[in-house]
Amino acid sequence: MKRHLISAADLTRDDALLVLDTAEELAQVADRSIKKLPTLRGRTVVNLFFEDSTRTRISFEAAAKRLSADVINFSVKGSSVSKGESLKDTALTLEAMGADGVVIRHSASGAPHRLANWVRGSVINAGDGTHEHPTQALLDAFTMRRRLGDLAGRKVTIVGDVLHSRVARSNVLLLHTLGADVTLVAPPTLLPVAVDTWPCSVSYDLDAVLPKSDVVMMLRVQRERMNAAYFPTVREYSRRYGLDADRVARLADHAIVMHPGPMNRGVEIAAEVADSPRSTIVEQVANGVSARMAVLYLLLGGSEPAIGKEVSH
Amino acid sequence: MSGTYVIKGARILGGEPADLLLRDGEIAETGRGLAAAGAEVIDADGLVALPGLVDLHTHLREPGREDAETVESGTRAAARGGYTAVHAMANTHPVADTAGVVEQVWRLGREAGFCDVHPVGAVTQGIAGRQLAELGAMADSAAQVRVFSDDGHCVSDAVIMRRALEYVKAFDGVIAQHAQEPRLTEGAQMNEGEVSAALGLPGWPAVAEEAIIARDCLLAAHVGSRLHVCHVSTAGSVEIIRWAKSKGWRVTAEVTPHHLLLDDAVVRGYDPIYKVNPPLRTVDDVTALRHALADGTIDAVATDHAPHPVEAKETEWAAAAMGMIGLETALSVVQQSMIETGLLDWPGVADRMSYRPARIGRLNGQGRPLEAGAPANVVLYDPAPRTVVDPSGFASKSRNSPFAGLELPGRVVATFLRGRPTVLEGKLQ
Repeated sequence: MKRHLISAADLTRDDALLVLDTAEELAQVADRSIKKLPTLRGRTVVNLFFEDSTRTRISFEAAAKRLSADVINFSVKGSSVSKGESLKDTALTLEAMGADGVVIRHSASGAPHRLANWVRGSVINAGDGTHEHPTQALLDAFTMRRRLGDLAGRKVTIVGDVLHSRVARSNVLLLHTLGADVTLVAPPTLLPVAVDTWPCSVSYDLDAVLPKSDVVMMLRVQRERMNAAYFPTVREYSRRYGLDADRVARLADHAIVMHPGPMNRGVEIAAEVADSPRSTIVEQVANGVSARMAVLYLLLGGSEPAIGKEVSH
Repeated sequence: MSGTYVIKGARILGGEPADLLLRDGEIAETGRGLAAAGAEVIDADGLVALPGLVDLHTHLREPGREDAETVESGTRAAARGGYTAVHAMANTHPVADTAGVVEQVWRLGREAGFCDVHPVGAVTQGIAGRQLAELGAMADSAAQVRVFSDDGHCVSDAVIMRRALEYVKAFDGVIAQHAQEPRLTEGAQMNEGEVSAALGLPGWPAVAEEAIIARDCLLAAHVGSRLHVCHVSTAGSVEIIRWAKSKGWRVTAEVTPHHLLLDDAVVRGYDPIYKVNPPLRTVDDVTALRHALADGTIDAVATDHAPHPVEAKETEWAAAAMGMIGLETALSVVQQSMIETGLLDWPGVADRMSYRPARIGRLNGQGRPLEAGAPANVVLYDPAPRTVVDPSGFASKSRNSPFAGLELPGRVVATFLRGRPTVLEGKLQ
């Protein structure tokens, strides 16, 4: 594996399978009475968050702590620029503290690439602007695999604001690597102009795609997109691209419904769909910790086995 | 003071070796076996002699951002690049929108003495796009401004643009437009296309440039004025300009060295050294720009030399400043992209980098053929060596060169400004 995890494209098929297999092993720890492994004892992981994201931060924090790493949370409200300290100076500070791994969340696409130039430790992208969110893609793939088995040939439909979605970008890349067939469904305004260069299919018609889907992943759509004329009204968006009970009824029996959260219930997903047995939304949260443990272990853990004996204090 | 120089065996515009006698600021004679009493002899064996280069688009940053560049440091960089005249863009602090500011910049250029500095006047007050600046006062000032531009900002209001085009006819001025439809480029970070889609960076679509160029060509035709299109970057823009020229309309255009050599694939690492406005485009655009420069659809190479301090580029992409320096590498980039590809010869380079830009700027003492009686503005250029670009040795105060680390051909050996060497043996005098 590469030293950093910045894009889902950094992972070969073997890398991705190794992460998923390792996550599967590590998931067993969640069922133990003591959920802690000594694997990363003495290593320091910095959670560097320039953007509020409590759910992603606590997921990484839990993952690092279960591996016995020391965790430093470094939250910078707003952009580094508004704070007056540059990303570079923040990076040099972390470097001086001896961070072995830096988990970065930033509103600017590419910020993790820049950080990787300035720190020696591994950089893990926890979401950068509208670029990528590779650990989300890993936890999504992990969730799909647990429900459906091998992903090769599986049909995954990703619905919503693809243009602004880092989740969609990482999922398209990773799922393609794993051999799944991805179809993006969105109004044309919410797809990149060059989406035809991506390794996936595109449709504007959700109803046509649903019956063939093994997985339907709904993306959060922000109401303010309406003001920039990406779609006329929230109601129209919901009618054309929302997943309601009628649409779910057209899915195959085994098909699952995913959402990276946070959801807009009643906009892109109906409440009864979000809470139905097909929904993996809560599982995704739990699986996020396992997937991130696997990433931290593989990037920082060196040669020690992932699972030793339980730590007793 | 200009001495007397005999340049021996230079290939004038790449032709057969000949001598040039420079005396009293003029080219006194060209031919074989020239000599003059007391003259300093310069061995130009293997060197190409070109007329002093003229840049239509230079950011010298003074007044206001002397940390990035000054008139002195910028003109030293220009001389090292073979330039004998530059047009200093108006987006300084304060903006060059009054006779007072343009005269100050012009005077600083005279004092520095490395090349002629012709200030560009702002089209609108404060380059805010609302009210015309005092264009006539700038034209009548000691700086004799003929090129007006709100560069960095597009004169997007069609009425203001029309009026500006009409108004400058009174003193044979030209409006140099930074063509960028503002609504289509809100928050834009790079060329909109395959790379922006992958990188998740807001796109700057080609249509935002092309739509303004089309409108401005039609306006210029309607009022019979001169339009100059700054830093053309797309294949579509080339087609529109070619069409406008075919109508006989008075439209000229420039292309930057970086748009002739680099495409948007270099953005993939998110290094803001490649962030520029207009953005680097696709390989197809680069090809179209080269051919347009070769066939004369694009009249001139203009550097858009845009110095920025280190901290303006050592940031995340979105926070970084737009712009690249280019004076000291322009001729090498043109050799690489145009000469070595067989698209242009040395007379063509003289035309696109000296004659035509001088004509567009209405500079009488610049851009003249290397013939007896012309002002002795001469560059001696060695096309043979290939070196890796290292900005640490640049005369510019700034280091934001997108060519750093690239191996490029050629080296400016000497530059003469009205018979006085500003560069000899590659060193500033």
